[in-house]
Amino acid sequence: MTDAVIQVTDLQKSFTGKKGARTAVLKGVYFEVRRGEIFALLGSNGAGKTTTVRILSTVLKADGGSAQVCGYDVARQADKVRERISLTGQFAAVDGMLTGRENLLLIARLRGVADPANLADGLLERFGLAGAAHRRADTYSGGMTRRLDIAMSLVGSPTVLFLDEPTTGLDPEARLAVWQTARELADGGTTILLTTQYLEEAEQLAQRIAILHDGRIIANGTLGELEELLPPAKEEYVIRRPTLEEVFLAIINAQQGGVAGQGGTVWQGGAAEQGGTTRQSDAIRQDATARQDGATMQSSATRQNSAYPDRRAVL
Amino acid sequence: MKTLHDTGVLFGRLMRHILRSPDTIITVAITPIAIMLLFVFVLGGAIETEGSYVNYLVPGILLIAIASGIAYTALRLFADVKNGLFERFQSMPIKRTSLLWAHVLTSLVSNAVSMVLIILVALAIGFRPSAGVLAWLAVAGILVLFTLALTWLAVIAGLTARSAEGSSAFSYPLVFLPFISSAFVPTTTMPAAVRLFAENQPVTSIVNTLRSLLGSQPVGSDIAIALAWCVAITVVAYLCAMRAYRRLG
Repeated sequence: MTDAVIQVTDLQKSFTGKKGARTAVLKGVYFEVRRGEIFALLGSNGAGKTTTVRILSTVLKADGGSAQVCGYDVARQADKVRERISLTGQFAAVDGMLTGRENLLLIARLRGVADPANLADGLLERFGLAGAAHRRADTYSGGMTRRLDIAMSLVGSPTVLFLDEPTTGLDPEARLAVWQTARELADGGTTILLTTQYLEEAEQLAQRIAILHDGRIIANGTLGELEELLPPAKEEYVIRRPTLEEVFLAIINAQQGGVAGQGGTVWQGGAAEQGGTTRQSDAIRQDATARQDGATMQSSATRQNSAYPDRRAVL
Repeated sequence: MKTLHDTGVLFGRLMRHILRSPDTIITVAITPIAIMLLFVFVLGGAIETEGSYVNYLVPGILLIAIASGIAYTALRLFADVKNGLFERFQSMPIKRTSLLWAHVLTSLVSNAVSMVLIILVALAIGFRPSAGVLAWLAVAGILVLFTLALTWLAVIAGLTARSAEGSSAFSYPLVFLPFISSAFVPTTTMPAAVRLFAENQPVTSIVNTLRSLLGSQPVGSDIAIALAWCVAITVVAYLCAMRAYRRLG
């Protein structure tokens, strides 16, 4: 008996294409997620991440294999599973015609929470939406919508939270806020299954990472274990320029915080000024890493933050 | 109990949608009202019917309104499926049937409001039904049954459509059906082939029944045929809708 909260064994699923041809999306997926950990399912578009999450959250039925969540079979004991999980899908599932508060009340009533109003107000406060509580959700920004979406998933305190590409399409600030929330939830004992196509996101958040490729898990382990699969790193010294993301965060932080001496900081990354701006870039980097909760793992000198495409092809 | 509770909560949500976009009810009522005005004041003078033409016309106008009203049901359902809310609900401990019944109830209520609006306008332009309370109840019952039948058709469309336009396009032929029935002109004036179709499609028996009830006339065998059509369409559409619903997951 392990302390696995999610157990996936030989999971298979295929879909019928337009011309009647069957396409196998999952070809025998195996993995386990332990209690209280953040587990990342990493893979490119079409690898089968969303299909896996939809099966585990009882929305979709598998063709073969089995999956247990909290000890209950997702196919045969779906009701038991549903009482213990929450799904935050790839696209924020909020009701745009309702206000933020009404969205939370709706979910609270459906989940039979004792004091829906109190819970809704608490969540609005916690996710920085108290000011927008009585505005219709279709007037929210992308980041606010995602925050509301995640807040709705927390109603009823689920044991397991599925986050399917939670930061796709979000700006860097909103992404950091989502990461922060995920960490807090995991610290509070919630088990999180995260899917992402961003390497950095898996690296930042997950205790263990599985790489899903072409319908199978091709690697599974901690970041350290996965790194050992690579040839030994060679040591190389490269002057690392701050990424545009770090610059962006540093500047808007300075703007918002009004920190003296940083308000006017503008990155001028010309090669000739490289020496002179090192200190400045350090300050910016520190500021940016502080916002990432000090958890940036620079595992090799040549590693660069992955550039985030703003949009991606829809599955 | 849980099913009732869940259906109630989800129904409340959808009614809030309607209250926040009352145009969906007004749009549904306005086209049939315009058709009614057109036929009563422009074309109707050339149509020979027993009694006043507006009395003759109202039942068909009500059916046209229902046929166009359910397009919004399909659209609302499609939107829920499309934007992921349905998926969220499906991953929650909610009774599965509640999700669909909430949409069906919303359709019944919003169509009932449209019916009342149209009847009020009809009364203003000279509609004078002689029906008593019982006959009115029968009229309401048949309208509810017809709405229910078409709503389950709308559920199929809403669950299976690939685009918002597609989800409501199925209602166009339904809106057109009353024109090839006894709703606007007596079927006796039609060429044989058209007449054969008109007299044997569901709208004619329903329109005739409503007309008889509103005018305090005996309904004859029409009411049995009308009820049979409504129940048959409801059952078949319900089964297909449930099948489409299970396929979604």
